[in-house]
Amino acid sequence: MATVAKLVEETSSARTIVFDVPQWKRHCAGQHLDLRLTAPDGYQATRSYSLSSGPDEAPQITVERVDDGEVSSFLVDIVEDGDTLEIRGAVGGYFVWTPRLASTRPAPLLLIGGGSGIAPLRAMWRSATTNVPTTILYSAQTHERVIYRDELAAHESATVKIHLTRQEHDGYETGRIDSRALNAAVGTGTPPHTYVCGPTAFVEAVTQALMPLHPDASMIRTERFG
Amino acid sequence: MATRGFTGRPRTDDGRVPPGQYVVDDFPVLTAGPTVGVTEQEWELTVGDGNTSKSYDWKSLHALPIESITVDIHCVTHWTKLDTEWEGVRVSTLFEDADVGDYDFALVSSYGDYTTNVPVSDLVDHDALIATRYDGEPIDAEHGGPVRLVVPHLYFWKSAKWVRHIRLADEDEPGFWEAAGYHSYGDPWREQRYYAD
Ligand SMILES: Cc1cc2nc3c(=O)[nH]c(=O)nc-3n(C[C@H](O)[C@H](O)[C@H](O)COP(=O)(O)OP(=O)(O)OC[C@H]3O[C@@H](n4cnc5c(N)ncnc54)[C@H](O)[C@@H]3O)c2cc1C
Repeated sequence: MATVAKLVEETSSARTIVFDVPQWKRHCAGQHLDLRLTAPDGYQATRSYSLSSGPDEAPQITVERVDDGEVSSFLVDIVEDGDTLEIRGAVGGYFVWTPRLASTRPAPLLLIGGGSGIAPLRAMWRSATTNVPTTILYSAQTHERVIYRDELAAHESATVKIHLTRQEHDGYETGRIDSRALNAAVGTGTPPHTYVCGPTAFVEAVTQALMPLHPDASMIRTERFG
Repeated sequence: MATRGFTGRPRTDDGRVPPGQYVVDDFPVLTAGPTVGVTEQEWELTVGDGNTSKSYDWKSLHALPIESITVDIHCVTHWTKLDTEWEGVRVSTLFEDADVGDYDFALVSSYGDYTTNVPVSDLVDHDALIATRYDGEPIDAEHGGPVRLVVPHLYFWKSAKWVRHIRLADEDEPGFWEAAGYHSYGDPWREQRYYAD
């Protein structure tokens, strides 16, 4: 059981829920929780949410409201401080970045997120030390929809490029993350450990464009949010 | 105990939806890595047990009897899709044709290095297909085309996309997700999601 300790409204449609979990064990960046909600008649709904906290922070998830979403709209609109939620995890052992991977195979880190797909990537940049060259490519519809906006703007050691697909705005790239942007992010040095996360269509488009550019496809890991 | 404030959608469950699953109308994609592009011309499947082995290409696979099944599929990421229609060759037919021996376990591997383990009895005594068509059409690459395994009664990660090799053996060897903490068998009705379930 997890108790809601804090709520952070990230945008008008996304919020971060910070949990208090007794005996929480450190998780790996990229892992997720399964949340199970139970209605008064016993009906249950379960969904997965990536941990967006770094390994040294209290566990938290960041949820974007999906139209008519059964669970996401409950989490974004109804949940209050002090509520208890049934969780399971941290789970997942594939879409993870760990300091151990960084030391067994030193390489830069390339994080590519679409929409709420930025959540597990935050966990990764929070766990990467400053000596891991990190590039973050993030695609959001508008400036107002950018999650972790201030944190990304203040990030000192990573190269951050935020693409807005439905708006032009100072300090942001306009349009989708395309081959040119991916090529620049992959670079010409050691091929980066690459993590792509977001809605299925986003992950498909990015990985299809990325594969011919990336010298080692086995270093590309993906997480599709459905 | 009920979750404060949660009522959920109107209920539709008619006993076909395993615990913790919800019904989707679209067809989400779950793949460990990028979608692998294999063409019908390139595609090949080898079935072997260490002694006997036989390889099939698109044409020789289609020389075997083609059947179609309509089944419900269940993904460990909690979605269930009802009444999906697949066409292809029954795994039992394939094993007979390849004349492989009697073994307990199969390790299935894919183009792109994905692997998964399935007991042989689950491949031959159930509706398990080497599928070449979905919903009356060729299978999209992101859904495992041109040819994928379909084992509908287990969580769908067992239904390897872009299937390339089936190796039979006496010993069970964990595949990709199974080694990464998922359940070795993966029965949706018993919610065998993770290794400790
Ligand atoms: C491993 C994993 C990690 C995830 N991590 C996160 C996370 O960190 N943050 C987060 O917000 N979500 C995350 N998701 C997605 C999340 O699990 C839910 O699928 C999502 O919140 C929608 O659930 P719902 O009950 O609100 O919508 P549902 O009631 O299930 O669906 C309502 C409608 O929305 C569509 N839909 C479902 N999911 C999405 C989506 N992701 N984008 C657009 N349309 C959708 C459905 O097809 C349906 O038509 C993750 C998913 C997985 C598999």
